[in-house]
Amino acid sequence: MDEKLLAAIPHIGEISHRDVYAGAPAKHTATFQERSSRQNKVLPSLEDAIRATGLKDGMTISFHHHFRGGDHIVNQVVGKLAEMGFKNLTLAASSLAAVHAPLIEYIRQGVITHIETSGLRGELAEQVSRGLMDCPVVFRSHGGRAAAIRSGELHIDVAFLGAPSCDPYGNANGYSRDDDEAIACGSMGYARTDAKYADKVVILTNNLVRYPNAPWAIPEYDVDYIVVTDDIGDPKGIMSGATRYTKNPKELLIAQTAAQVIDAAGYLYDGFSMQMGSGGASLAAARFLRQMMLDKNIRCRFALGGITGQIAAMHEEGLIDRVLDVQSFDLDAALSLKKNRFHHQIGATYYASFLSAAAVDQLDFVILSALEIDTDFNVNVLTGSDGVIRGAIGGHPDTAAGASLSVVVAPLTRGRIPTIIDHVNTIVTPGAVVDVVVTDQGVAVNPRRPEVAEKLRKAGLRVYTIEQLRDKALALVGRPDPIRYLDRIVGVVMYRDNTVIDVIRQIEE
Amino acid sequence: MQLIKPAVAGTMESGDIMVTIEPRDSGGVTLELSSNVMQQFGRQIEEMIRKTLAELGVEHAAVHAVDKGALDCTVRARVSAAAFRSAESTDYTWKGAK
Repeated sequence: MDEKLLAAIPHIGEISHRDVYAGAPAKHTATFQERSSRQNKVLPSLEDAIRATGLKDGMTISFHHHFRGGDHIVNQVVGKLAEMGFKNLTLAASSLAAVHAPLIEYIRQGVITHIETSGLRGELAEQVSRGLMDCPVVFRSHGGRAAAIRSGELHIDVAFLGAPSCDPYGNANGYSRDDDEAIACGSMGYARTDAKYADKVVILTNNLVRYPNAPWAIPEYDVDYIVVTDDIGDPKGIMSGATRYTKNPKELLIAQTAAQVIDAAGYLYDGFSMQMGSGGASLAAARFLRQMMLDKNIRCRFALGGITGQIAAMHEEGLIDRVLDVQSFDLDAALSLKKNRFHHQIGATYYASFLSAAAVDQLDFVILSALEIDTDFNVNVLTGSDGVIRGAIGGHPDTAAGASLSVVVAPLTRGRIPTIIDHVNTIVTPGAVVDVVVTDQGVAVNPRRPEVAEKLRKAGLRVYTIEQLRDKALALVGRPDPIRYLDRIVGVVMYRDNTVIDVIRQIEE
Repeated sequence: MQLIKPAVAGTMESGDIMVTIEPRDSGGVTLELSSNVMQQFGRQIEEMIRKTLAELGVEHAAVHAVDKGALDCTVRARVSAAAFRSAESTDYTWKGAK
């Protein structure tokens, strides 16, 4: 083959090619074993990895939250970045927890000047609500984040992703089939988006395993560097045994009613699909649904979302055909992901991005918790009744929008705080995608769904208007004085399509 | 009602209010209130405490209340109980009793 022959090929100008073949690179001859023992992508320290990524002031770094309250990655990495003198960074985490309070100091030092997250809790959330940051924190749903990353609206320069197992080439996962003793977080669904779209990806692992670390959450071609560290997190905080069913009679009543509502509305049939939130009542609904499924002799085609041990048990019992797991909520769920071939790990885009057909769009129903619901059926899961940030959006608006029937469950009052009010402090999920509200003292159906209300009545369920539920709550607790806010905006809430749906203001003290 | 000694009623449980009341000779009713729902209900809790004491004829007292989201009926009950204990009185007039 030569240039002359190349030029003689008809239409060569239209055939994509890279010049003439000039010989293959030298082959390696060492054994696979020998090659695996070389450093490959493994760098000696976090500092080396940070330098290798080319990170600069003003760039965006990202993290996942699959280690929950046990996460040591975020504090460790940002601490190192502070030590190295980085400034003006944007921290884009899939979510943040109370364990991330040390970020407050790095924000004060100017290391971190902007945060994007699904939620904030604990002291960091308190401080943000009190005006810690000049630039408002941007809150996105899990699906909204995946879409914004894919579209480039949220560009990640360097992702620092903790992984409970990784091989020398970067195949990383939330567990390992090579051992049963190591830390496990189950699915690493949210980290997949970061790994795929970030310019540079650093995996931090305490468990370097042999190639190939199959199955993997993150494939080696998405990984640039690997750092081995003793400490990725506190195993007890990352994952604890099975999530327990609530014993709270109020929550059980709500759960039972929610299951009845779903059945009466016609969404409990052979081959249905479902998702449960992680709240006490929504989780407890699974046990009532299970009994109904046994009684009717029907099966669930797939269960989606944050997966708990209860869902895994129903899968193993043969009641749920497929499990799509973007985040494992407990150790039982993680173990099921490891051993059950029809328990699948999925990424955030597959789960809930509005940019493409997503799994949420195939849901019959979802059961979701709420801090507040207003008479327009808007739901708040982000700010507490005192106006302080204390939660996370999660997949709330994604699943509510995708599911044919979105059921929001909440006690009518919490202590003296009414749950159903005229205006929620923060709109996270708009009433336009919320269908039914179930409380311990009655059910309300969005007037958008008169056919659902009719079916519930026919099934013998009493249906109230949302205003009636609000009045019941107010009769019990009295009308609360409004929260006092300052004008200053400390948080911006994005709907799943990256439109601004609400703002959070600094609280007045 | 004549207060005689310091007295307490209520607990620190969620949904309750712990009311401590001490007799004073003058200066009206002073109130130290803390509540986990201060912003939303602090004003109404204070009103209920003062109203209950006024109805009992307590003019001077130092009241310390730690609220954990108690409803009005609970606030009234705890304040009354503390006042009766402070006055060493069992001369309750049950509202609604026939």
